[in-house]
Amino acid sequence: MMRELYTQVIMDHYQRPRNRGTLEGADLEEHLLNPLCGDEVTVYAHLRDGKVADVKFDGRGCSISQASASMMTERLMGRSREEAEKEIRTFKAMMIGEKEFPAMDDLAALKGVIQYPSRIKCATLAWTAFQNGLDNAEN
Amino acid sequence: MYDVEEIRHHFPILERRIGDRRLVYLDNAATSQKPRQVIEALTDYYEHHNANIHRGVHHLAEEATVAYEAARRKIAHFLDTPDTAGLVFTRGTTEAINLVAYAWGRKFLREGDEVVITEAEHHSNLVPWQLAAQATGAKLRFIPILEDGTLDMEEAERLIGARTRLVGCIHASNVLATINPVERLAELAHENDALMLVDGAQSAPHLPVSVEALGCDFFACSGHKMLGPTGVGVLWGKPEILEEMDPFLGGGEMIREVHLDHSTWNDLPYKFEAGTMNVAQAVGLGAAVDYLESLGMENVREHERRLGEYAYRRLSEIEDLTLYGPKRERTGIVSFSLPDVHPHDLSQLLDEEGIAIRSGHHCTQPLMRRLGVAATARASFYVYNTEEEIDALASAIVRAREFFGAFSGAKP
Repeated sequence: MMRELYTQVIMDHYQRPRNRGTLEGADLEEHLLNPLCGDEVTVYAHLRDGKVADVKFDGRGCSISQASASMMTERLMGRSREEAEKEIRTFKAMMIGEKEFPAMDDLAALKGVIQYPSRIKCATLAWTAFQNGLDNAEN
Repeated sequence: MYDVEEIRHHFPILERRIGDRRLVYLDNAATSQKPRQVIEALTDYYEHHNANIHRGVHHLAEEATVAYEAARRKIAHFLDTPDTAGLVFTRGTTEAINLVAYAWGRKFLREGDEVVITEAEHHSNLVPWQLAAQATGAKLRFIPILEDGTLDMEEAERLIGARTRLVGCIHASNVLATINPVERLAELAHENDALMLVDGAQSAPHLPVSVEALGCDFFACSGHKMLGPTGVGVLWGKPEILEEMDPFLGGGEMIREVHLDHSTWNDLPYKFEAGTMNVAQAVGLGAAVDYLESLGMENVREHERRLGEYAYRRLSEIEDLTLYGPKRERTGIVSFSLPDVHPHDLSQLLDEEGIAIRSGHHCTQPLMRRLGVAATARASFYVYNTEEEIDALASAIVRAREFFGAFSGAKP
């Protein structure tokens, strides 16, 4: 049911996104477009001493893509590069039903998206962008 | 005028329920539903006549060939042309335009030549020309659209000139619901010794089309958007132009004589029909055309014009809703957006009520940029849609807004 998809948590992140904006001179800046729907996101991060020192996102899209991006920034802030990569892998595994969602976390609000296969890409958009950004920042 | 309630019974899928709701199918610009007459034509072909065409001399091969060629004649008649030689079966509009961009474009475009298309093209009439331009050094020029979504014809007159080799344009827009003055563009093209290609994906299903009256050189359309099966469409081209073109795909059927080091080509239209074609689908498209002609294309146009205007009026009553495209002379499409509900979220909420609409960029990313949006929601109507379904759409949109509004109201 719709109520399961559009939870209070998702709508809260959508309407009051955390860490929305851009970062000047970011070490990581990655733009990604969902060609299916035209939704887009750009993620930014400062990487210091092997850690994600600051992270922001900007973009436009549906509630799922923007809320998920907002949650991602909270999840990755302050993490080491390895931890961030693990978070991204774990999240993507959750979105295809291969891992359990953490019970006491905002991310659990995205569980309902799994029933709507066409929307899974919305939820993973920012996360994929961040992983691409980490890969590119390496070089 | 035909009886809409009566013909709805011809479409088995309209009896489907989505959850506990009756299906309200308003995504016809993406693909149309199929009447029993088309589904039965496919079944009948496979149960009684299936064989490969143009090759065997046995009974079934003859019957299959007759059915396939009868479909070609029906579609030529539907497009108001006696030229069955110029009527080439393709997979759809995309393949038809690619055929021209390869077989004509690669052969005749030179560096410095120009292909003039519009800002509102579907990707299918843009990307093939980008590829042709890259391969030949030709340039693309774009006719802009005005604020109301109609073409800037003054600019068109300036753009189409001595360097122009081909003008390409959507006959009707899959987003803006505009019907473009392709007859005038064809005149401008011909005054400059250029060719005119019309992308009829959104017109052939909905308006009476005469390729002769349009004055175009190429016309492309897709079967699945006009009650026919997927996997079949047509390219109509003036035979004398098709004759000069190189083949598109090489292989069986398209040849006359094959030697190890060279080959010669079959007559039109077979020169462009390499390999085993989608025979059953072509036969199904023939049945779809019969069905549309039994309704009468003038009636189809009138029905959709009324639905389009009704939807435009009903939706414009919704506060803050933006409608795209002109007020008048519309096809049965309405594209719209709400400031506080993303099109994706909107169509998800509508789906919950059994209402199928489309959201996204509709394969027109440059047009979305021109409109300053990432995506729109779109409802598109066809022969079987009703005003009641549009009422259901309008009230569902209002409910979706309230649903999202409730969350904004809950803000601290």
